[in-house]
Parts: sequence; C-alpha cells; structure tokens
Amino acid sequence: MESISDRRKFAVRHRLNKLLNSLALLFAVIVVVSPAIFVFFWMLSLSLKNEIDNIAYPPIFIPNPPTLANFEKIFQESPYGLFTFNSIVVSGTATLVALLVGVPAGYGIAKGKAQGLGMLIMVARITPGLSYLIPLFTLFRFLQISGTLLPQMISHLVLTIPMAVWVMISFFEDMHPELEEAALTDGCNIWQAFYRVAMPIARPGIAVAAILAFIQSWNNFLFGAVLATRLTRTLPVAVYSALTFEQFSWGPLAAAALVVTLPSLLLTIFVQRDIVTGLAAGSIKG
Amino acid sequence: MPSRAVVADRKRGYSRRQAYLWFIVPAIVAIFAVIVFPWIFTLWMSLQDWTIGMKSEFIGSGNFATLATNVRFLSTIPRTLYFTVLAVILPVILGVFAAEVFHQNFPLRGLLRGIYIAPMMATPVAIALVFAMMFHPQLGVLNYLLSLVGIPKQLWVYSADTVIPSLVLVEVWQWTPLVMLIVLGALAALPTDPYESAVMDGASQWQMFRHITFPLILPFLMIAVILRTIDALKSFDIIYVLTQGGPGTASETINLYLYLQAFSFFNIGHASAVVIVFFVIILALALILLYAREKLRWNQ
Repeated sequence: MESISDRRKFAVRHRLNKLLNSLALLFAVIVVVSPAIFVFFWMLSLSLKNEIDNIAYPPIFIPNPPTLANFEKIFQESPYGLFTFNSIVVSGTATLVALLVGVPAGYGIAKGKAQGLGMLIMVARITPGLSYLIPLFTLFRFLQISGTLLPQMISHLVLTIPMAVWVMISFFEDMHPELEEAALTDGCNIWQAFYRVAMPIARPGIAVAAILAFIQSWNNFLFGAVLATRLTRTLPVAVYSALTFEQFSWGPLAAAALVVTLPSLLLTIFVQRDIVTGLAAGSIKG
Repeated sequence: MPSRAVVADRKRGYSRRQAYLWFIVPAIVAIFAVIVFPWIFTLWMSLQDWTIGMKSEFIGSGNFATLATNVRFLSTIPRTLYFTVLAVILPVILGVFAAEVFHQNFPLRGLLRGIYIAPMMATPVAIALVFAMMFHPQLGVLNYLLSLVGIPKQLWVYSADTVIPSLVLVEVWQWTPLVMLIVLGALAALPTDPYESAVMDGASQWQMFRHITFPLILPFLMIAVILRTIDALKSFDIIYVLTQGGPGTASETINLYLYLQAFSFFNIGHASAVVIVFFVIILALALILLYAREKLRWNQ
C-alpha cells in the first residue's frame, strides 16, 4: 500500500522534474535567441558610442553616455536624406507596379488555372540576380537613361513582381469562391466580380504582398551597386560606399547600417506570421 | 447526348477561363520585359565575343570552351559548393533545434520569435557591415568574446583558411530563421496520437524525435534544404561587402567571379557564358533535391 509520505515524495520529484525541464527550456531559449539579440545590440551600441569608445579594447558594451552624434554626422556630411528619398522612390514604385500587375495576375492564375506562368516564376526564383543585370545594364546604356532612378525602378521589378504574383496566387487559391459566383450569377461581369468582391476580401493578402515586395526591394544591394550613379544611390549602396572610404570610423558606419535596416525590421513586425509562405515561395536573392 | 444547356454552360466555362487569362496579360508583358528578355539576351550574348565598347563577334561555343580551361573560373566551383554545403547543413540542424524550442510554450514567445526571425528580414549589406566590425582581428568584439573562454584570436575573413567558414557564420546567422519557420509550420501540423502512444510505451524524448517527428517533418525539411541550397549558391551581398572574393581569390564564388567579369571587366560575352553554366548548376542541384524529395515521399 502507498503511504502518504511516498505520495509526497512522488509529488516533490514530479515538481523537481518540471523545474528541471523549465530550466532546460529557458537555457535553450537563451541559446537560440542570443545571437540575433547580440548582433542587433552591437549595431545599436556602436552607433551610440563616440569613436574612442568604439575602438577601445576590451570593447565597451554599454554606451556611456550615449550620443546621437553619429546619426547627425551621416545626415550632415553625406546626402543621406537624398539616398533615403531614392530608396523610397525606387522601392515604392517597384512595389506599386508589382501590385498593379501582380494582383490581377495572381487572381487570373488562381481562377484560370494558368500553371505555366507559375512555373515561369519558379524558374525566375532560381535564376541568379546578376543574370538579369547584364542584359538590363546593356539595355539601359542603349536607352541612355542611366543617371536617373528609372533603371533601378525597372530592374527592381525583377524582385517585386514574382513576389507579388506568388503571394497573391496562394491567397486567391485559398479564398472561397461562393461570393464571386453569387456576384456573377447576379449579372456582374468577371472584372466587376474581381474588383468589387475578390479585391476587398483579399486586402490582407495584398498588404502582405506589398510589404514583402517592398522589403525585398529595399534590402537589395546588387542592382543599385551596378546601376546607381553618385546621386541615384539607394541606401544599401550608400552604406557600402561609406565602408570603403571610412574604414575606421565605426560609429557613423553602424549608424548608417541601422538607418538602412530599420524600415525592414519595423515592417517585419506586421507580417511576422505570413512571412513563411511568401518568403518560402516567392523571394529572390541576389 | 449533352443537352443544350450543358453545352452552353461548358462554352461559358471555357470563355470564362479565357476571360481570366486577360488578368494575366499585364504581368506577362512585364515579366517578358524584365525577366524573359534578359534570359534570351544572355543566351545570345554567351555565343558572342563582346566587351562593352568593342564590336561583338559571333564565336559559337567559344566562350564555353574558354571557360572549360579557365583555372580561375574552375576553382570557383568547388569553393562555391564548399560554401553551399556548410551554409545548408548548419542552418538545417540549428533551424530544427530552434523550431523545437519555439514549438514549446513559454512566456514572451511571440516577441522572442519576432526577434529571432529579424535577421532574415534585415538588410544584408547592413548586417555585413556590422560583422565586418565584429570580425576585426585586433579590436573586434568576437575575438574579445573568444578570449573570455580562452580561445586565441582568429583572423576570420582576413585569412584564406578561415574566410569561408566566417562567411558561412554570417549566412547561418541570417538564414537559420527561414529553416526554423518552415519546420515550425510542419511541427504545428503534426498529429498528436503517435506521441501519446509513444509516451505510454515509455519512449524517451530523443526516441520520439528520431522515430516520429523527424520522419514526419522530413518532406518540409527537404523544402528548406532546396531553398537554402539555391540561396546559398547565389549568395552575393555578404561575400562582396566583407571580402570582395578575397583574400586573393580565397572566397571568390561563382557569383563573385561573374560580377567581376561583367562589371569590372565588362566582358559581357564571357560573363553571359558564366551565367549559363551557373544557372545549369543551380537547376541541376535543385532538380536532384526535388527528385530526392519525391523518392522520400514514395518510400513512406
């Protein structure tokens, strides 16, 4: 027969086990998350310290006192305002055009079962970015539009259109067709059914497509590195050029890096959950 | 015989399908302009001897013949594969572990998951910059952290021996979250019954992972492997910013070599041929992995 003390022993052991498990989980969480936290922390720390503290060894971790001088410096000494403007224009236009052609295309492919274009986009996904750049570069020279933002806007479509189409296909495929069917029976034509019924329902999908396409374009370095002139640089290109000229002023470099990547990180918060489908299927990297 | 109504219906279905195709036309035009035209142009240019500013000349397979004996180009292939293997295997192992962790319940899970996936959405150039400072042999924080646990200073990307693993480290940091997300999605969809009976049978955590979880998530893991392989082969930003292919040519991958040929030497014909070879390598590896995935599915 089980005595009371036995039962108590069992309960204690059970609680101990549970505690050990939680501790192990805590440890695992720390191990998994700390690299991400550390690199972002270090970026922030470098950007908020003065130059003497930045190249101190052993390194100084907490800025004391923190200074915004590095941020002031990059915006005053180089045209970072202009570069930011360029980035917004290039990524904004590329995203907008991608939505204009991509949302209807996603709808058409999902409804018309046009798998061929889907395949084409998959092949586009595996093609190296540089292989688009060589022909487009030659074309832009021929058209003599280098020196404007136009070459970058056009070439970024290589990134944004497949992303938009891909996200929209999966979104429209998952949508229940009853409402549109009802609209069609009531005498709407196909265009009206799309515009008045399907599009409003698909608004969250369009938002995800827009954000993912924008981030892809915003983060892109390669196209700008080849196509941008001094005044048409986007932020990633500008930051890279800062590296080659100011090898040892770490503070401004880190500040610039933070300015470039902050919009992507903020937008990510909105699409955290939807990222996997979009990125898994539609993304293109250099 | 089908009634008239059915025929009319079918006809309407057919014409409706055609009508849907009109929705695709703008996208097709755009895709042909920025994606298909470059493909065709590249194919054509790979058969030409053309450097920008010079006259082009048709040389057939001449560029490919040159490539086949170009030692510098040939050495980029094993180097790219070495980089790719590391940049696929490590994120897959770490990503499965991270997914198992995020599959548990703990406080602040949503926030921490958001932080964890932030690297893959961050701008690669910005990340490479921060790592450039962290890799600094004298003043870098990584060597300081190593010194705390008694490991001697490393040269990281400044030595031919450690440059590829160092670059892989950045790649792993940035792209393990993608693997984690794919596996996390797979774990969420797993059935619970096998685990219940396994617990009854007294199976250990590891046994359950090895014999239940792993086989069930394998098809998803293969998707992660395929995506990771394609992206690792094409990796550019991080390598270019951190090393530009150096020291010497120690980290010159196919993509870096391609960039150099196209936009430093403007040797368009030669570069186009490299693109074709590169594309074939990527496609071949992707198809092999897809085939492996199909086979796995059949075996189950």
